[in-house]
Amino acid sequence: MTIESHEIVLEAGRAERNYWRDLWRYRELFQVLAGRDVAVRYKQTVIGIVWAVMRPFLTMLIFTIIFSRIAKLPSDGDAPYALMVLAGLLPWTFFSTALGDASLSLVTNSNLISKVYFPRLIIPTATIVVSFVDLLISFVILVAMMVWYRFAPTVNILALPLFVIMAFLTSLGPGLWITALNVKYRDFRYIIPFMLQFGLYVSPVGFSSTAVPEQWRLLYSLNPMVGVIDGFRWCILGGNSHIYWPSLTSTAVITVFFLWLGIRQFRKMEKTFADLI
Amino acid sequence: MSDTVISVEGLSKRYLVGHQAARGERYETLRETVTRGVRRFGRTALDMARGRQIIQGDTVEEFWALKDLSFEIKRGEVVGVIGRNGAGKSTLLKILSRITEPTKGRVTIRGRVASLLEVGTGFHPELTGRENIYLNGAILGMTRAEIKAKFDEIVDFAEVEKFLDTPVKRYSSGMYVRLAFAVAAHLEPEILVVDEVLSVGDAEFQRKCLGKMKDVSAGQGRTVLFVSHNMPSVQQLCTSGLMLSHGTALYRGSIDGTIAQYMSSLDQTSRQELRSRKDREGDGRLRVVDVSFHDERGNHVEAAICGQPLRVRIHYESRYDGQEMPVDVAFNLRSNNGILLTCFANIQTGAERLAVHRKGYFECLWPKVNLRSGSYMSTLFVGVEEQTADWLQNAFQIPVEEGNFFGTGRLVTRDHGDLVMDQVWTGAPT
Ligand SMILES: Nc1ncnc2c1ncn2[C@@H]1O[C@H](COP(=O)(O)OP(=O)(O)OP(=O)(O)O)[C@@H](O)[C@H]1O
Ligand SMILES: [Mg+2]
Repeated sequence: MTIESHEIVLEAGRAERNYWRDLWRYRELFQVLAGRDVAVRYKQTVIGIVWAVMRPFLTMLIFTIIFSRIAKLPSDGDAPYALMVLAGLLPWTFFSTALGDASLSLVTNSNLISKVYFPRLIIPTATIVVSFVDLLISFVILVAMMVWYRFAPTVNILALPLFVIMAFLTSLGPGLWITALNVKYRDFRYIIPFMLQFGLYVSPVGFSSTAVPEQWRLLYSLNPMVGVIDGFRWCILGGNSHIYWPSLTSTAVITVFFLWLGIRQFRKMEKTFADLI
Repeated sequence: MSDTVISVEGLSKRYLVGHQAARGERYETLRETVTRGVRRFGRTALDMARGRQIIQGDTVEEFWALKDLSFEIKRGEVVGVIGRNGAGKSTLLKILSRITEPTKGRVTIRGRVASLLEVGTGFHPELTGRENIYLNGAILGMTRAEIKAKFDEIVDFAEVEKFLDTPVKRYSSGMYVRLAFAVAAHLEPEILVVDEVLSVGDAEFQRKCLGKMKDVSAGQGRTVLFVSHNMPSVQQLCTSGLMLSHGTALYRGSIDGTIAQYMSSLDQTSRQELRSRKDREGDGRLRVVDVSFHDERGNHVEAAICGQPLRVRIHYESRYDGQEMPVDVAFNLRSNNGILLTCFANIQTGAERLAVHRKGYFECLWPKVNLRSGSYMSTLFVGVEEQTADWLQNAFQIPVEEGNFFGTGRLVTRDHGDLVMDQVWTGAPT
């Protein structure tokens, strides 16, 4: 063991000077906790994986029937409607499980928080990693669907990792913010599922964002998931879908804003978590 | 480099606690209910707007768990931290291990701290023993390489080789505790902070762990802070002591001095009180002078531990000289909010005749304490030959500490009422 002789001073309201370095030092714990959450999720392997795959698949079926067959909304270009829905559903499912699970993560790990020290940021972030693994697994149905429809991707698909990262960051900011507030104001627990349910219908998941009237489009893009979903569609559906730059820009700006807000709120409240929980 | 590894200056910690205002016994008017509701809502909204902590209850009170505490600890010292329930020991350890922040004052720590406030923190029942060793080790601050290097030693220590790849939910409770202890015993930080964790687990294994920790501190000059109510183990393990009382340091010095100070403070508060109380009823043929608690083997203890046996000794002085006669000794237990929980009485058990001496004690053995941590008030009654001899309202309190009631290695905490019940769970198809 390396004996590093460092000196720590503990004082009220002392800003952690080495906050980020400390976080880096605890990266192993992050790996272990994320590993634990993933392992526990998929321990009863069949249920875990089947669930990750079935949920978006069934939602895709329902949305395709409702929005395409009944409401007769158009798809992006000539892309099959089901494929378009799926391309939007993947990032949305990720966003909603990430937010939902992260907001409860500190409370479910209250035992850890009141008994050991580590940068608290690790817990919600590790939880989001689990939703991320779900996302990666559900790409399997995407591939299967593309084969089924004999739909070949274009070079745009190469940009997908970029949007996956964007989806991650878009979830992280609000996730941290809500997580911190949820420790103090436990009522948030009841609000979040409602908000997410609502968000599913106002985000362009079951329909293309081109279905939104032009004059409302910019306002609509204040929802950061619009840019992410559009991006996913652009990558997956190739030339059938177009990137709407204003919405992408607003997503980027709002994501950065929420990251800043989330981290700030989290850091401000982090020190009192152990007393409150 | 200085030899002082921990220095604490003027340390204070404040908690905010909410109280329910005392209600009229029977009913209150709607108007009162409404005004209180509105006032409470107003305060919550205000707190929320200011981003402050929201406290349940009608009035908020500040509570200083630590007050202006100062002391220093040198490298290689093994310090026993003792004090009564609520003295602030756990709060101090939580501050030192950075779990919570001080309200005032300052602590300087030189070296890597590992804290052990509970065994098996973060153990997950679905994961295997192997996975849990890595998980728990990482949580306690070991690096993966360190755990890997000590892995075989840990497994040997816990004696669970055969079950390494079994989920720990299939472990017997004993195996679970041993595995949890084994990881903890192999921590090698420069400063180790240990709260009452050793009060769970069987005696043999406890001794093994203490031995291991002692080797660590003696051999490698590591510093240990050790909180316990178990004076023999404190005496055995520690080189110096710190006694806390109501959040301040009453004594800092040799371990023997600290323990002596602690014992005398206990005597002062309980012993004289009962003897000198005037508000008693009864004809005085027998007077209770003291009540003391003992463990299974009869050693004096400060508090009961949930799940462990407890002997309650009711010491008296009387006019009789060893005659066996009909006596009626009873004490009841009330919870914090005044609810009568139960009553202990010799006549219920059929032991209606007991020997009464000039000076002596009646002992009630409670084979398995099934109260959650907290303090329980008791009223005491002694009748001799069907006449009240001594009757003391609120005669004494039984402090109860969290314990390993179900033998799972996890402490039963006080979140779900006052009582813990033995129980067996199964599942079956219908
Ligand atoms: N999060 C909290 N909020 C409010 N009060 C608290 C909190 N944590 C502890 N306290 C109070 O602070 C006081 C000191 O508690 P602490 O746990 O440090 O005592 P202790 O010396 O460890 O006692 P014990 O021997 O029972 O373990 C107690 O009165 C307790 O009620
Ligand atoms: Mg304690």
